[in-house]
Amino acid sequence: MSGGFPAAARDALRDTQLRHNLGVATRTIRDKRAQVVAERPDWEELREAGRALKQRVLRHLDEYLIQFERAVEAAGGSVHWARDADEAGRVVTQLVEATGAREVVKVKSLTTDEIQLNDTLETAGIGVVETDLAELICQLAGEQPSHILVPAIHKNRVEIRDLFRRELDLPDLSDEPSELAGAARAHLRKKFLEARVAISGANFGVAETGTLCVVESEGNGRFCTTLPRTLITVLGIEKLVPEPEDLEVFLQLLPRSSTGERMNPYTSLWTGVTPGDGPQEFHVVLVDNGRTDVLADEVGRQTLACIRCSACLNVCPVYSRTGGHAYGSIYPGPIGAILTPQLRGVEHASSLPYASTLCGACYEVCPVKIDIPQVLVHLRSRVVDEASPPLGERAAMRALAWTLAHERRYERAQRAARVLASPFAHDGLITRLPGLGAWTDTRDLRRVPRQTFREWWESR
Amino acid sequence: MRVALFVTCLADTLAPEAGAAVVRVLERLGHEVEFRREQTCCGQMHLNTGYRREARQLAARFVRVFANADVVVAPSASCVGTVRELYPALVAGDPALEREFEALASRLFELSEFLVGRLGVEDVGAAFPHRVTYHPTCHSLRVLRVGDAPYRLLRAVRGLDLVELPDASECCGFGGTFAVKNAETSAAILTDKVRRVLETGAEVCTATDSSCLIQIGGALSRLRSGVRTAHLAEILAAA
Repeated sequence: MSGGFPAAARDALRDTQLRHNLGVATRTIRDKRAQVVAERPDWEELREAGRALKQRVLRHLDEYLIQFERAVEAAGGSVHWARDADEAGRVVTQLVEATGAREVVKVKSLTTDEIQLNDTLETAGIGVVETDLAELICQLAGEQPSHILVPAIHKNRVEIRDLFRRELDLPDLSDEPSELAGAARAHLRKKFLEARVAISGANFGVAETGTLCVVESEGNGRFCTTLPRTLITVLGIEKLVPEPEDLEVFLQLLPRSSTGERMNPYTSLWTGVTPGDGPQEFHVVLVDNGRTDVLADEVGRQTLACIRCSACLNVCPVYSRTGGHAYGSIYPGPIGAILTPQLRGVEHASSLPYASTLCGACYEVCPVKIDIPQVLVHLRSRVVDEASPPLGERAAMRALAWTLAHERRYERAQRAARVLASPFAHDGLITRLPGLGAWTDTRDLRRVPRQTFREWWESR
Repeated sequence: MRVALFVTCLADTLAPEAGAAVVRVLERLGHEVEFRREQTCCGQMHLNTGYRREARQLAARFVRVFANADVVVAPSASCVGTVRELYPALVAGDPALEREFEALASRLFELSEFLVGRLGVEDVGAAFPHRVTYHPTCHSLRVLRVGDAPYRLLRAVRGLDLVELPDASECCGFGGTFAVKNAETSAAILTDKVRRVLETGAEVCTATDSSCLIQIGGALSRLRSGVRTAHLAEILAAA
């Protein structure tokens, strides 16, 4: 990300269509969420249960992973371990190649986007069909998803109509939502019936039973997990829950937090292979890709509790103006601002922890109580300690701290500020201040008052 | 009661009228106000920008300056929130400092929580015959959780016409160094806040934090909107 978040945000802020779509969409989901959450008198207890369960999983992740592997294998599936994106990509490519299939269908999955699996497969000559409607739109447009849950939030229906007309060869298509959905359905049904291999992610993996769980709205995921002969599920190692009963907590937290629904339309659960029913070959690829590094950070590790609901995106004052692409990662918004720098290393995403006003709205809605502002501030200190803060910032902050360490120095600096700023004040206002153009480009600054508070106090 | 004022470096330097207003309100209620000249800054900006070592030094200084105060009151939810919520992790590892901090933490208040929560006062004897809207700052709302204390105080002010701010709980886009590091995003957030303030038809926008008011006021001024900002303390001091 050259220029980092501020530069990417600058472009996004100028896109009036994006700003409009985002404003409408985030507000709609935010209001729906608030409504269905308010229905639950035990919401805080549910959040606490979700947090505690995820904490337990992370504390004993080594044991739960082994338990999960045994359970999957006992149920007739195979488990593969991948240290990073490259290894995961190789494993999945080999598994697909072994079936002889030249095309796969996919269930919407952030983890496979994180490891850029589609690129890897396409390089190996394997076609990939995204089957989530919004993911399909992004794929046909050759764009990255911009929202965890609503990947095509940045596009409107006219743009989608034009895309389908061109890419699906439907020159007479209208922009009626039902017609657009019908076009996608016709395209995808054919793909489902032809596919021999499906690739999915999963929302949860149950350690005790080896059961996988996918939560979705369209039912396209269920086509993928039931029709093809071979199913490959790519799972981040943090996605486990201890027991099937624990899903009770998350299946209440997730839909209310993400789509603002009491229950999502489709919840698919499967365990290994059932002879004569569904996929007859089942693989799980467990992906680390930086997660154990996150786990090693005492403050940062709570990030791994995330269940990818995207509630934090919709309430974020930054995300709801810039959209997802500015975050330069498949994980946008507040959760992306803390997850991406940890997965990639803070030196590779050093502007992201600063892409927040620390307003705390994200923490308030997080269904597993991730203290996102706390992690943001922690990561900022890691940027300062381990990466390189902007030129001159460190010197300025040190000089300021030295000044503030003694009241006499501080008082001298107050007087100096008044003297130095006074030539720039006109009629009591500073409208342009060298070095602070970032402030004065859009806002005035009052003249530095003639008397500090302490001078007033002394003169009383 | 003897109240030590923590005026905050920002109000001391850029909004001294907010500090003076706190003094007037507390004295009118019969309390004795002291000002410890050794105070400078709580370290929030350093901490929130990632300069933890520098923040720790400023935190140690803050705790020692106010260690023996009966009660400390500040006209800023953000600074009080920093001390109350973020100092524990910052002072950890220095047992003497930890003890001093713990003794101090429960005696430190933001102005509105002190007046309503601690003193049980809502009518401070103020008169302010203007149409006013109140912006609940993020840190008063989600860190200190001052609840309706500022509204109670404002409703008791004679002549004041309090109008509800739409989408009140949304951030103003200040965020300390965020306003400079991400100036354009900050401006985009601010624009929506200012639009809401203007919708109310208020003459004055008030809040518990001078920082957010400098942000909101800076745009109101640039737009020549004819609306001004005033710290909650200034309204409560008016008579």
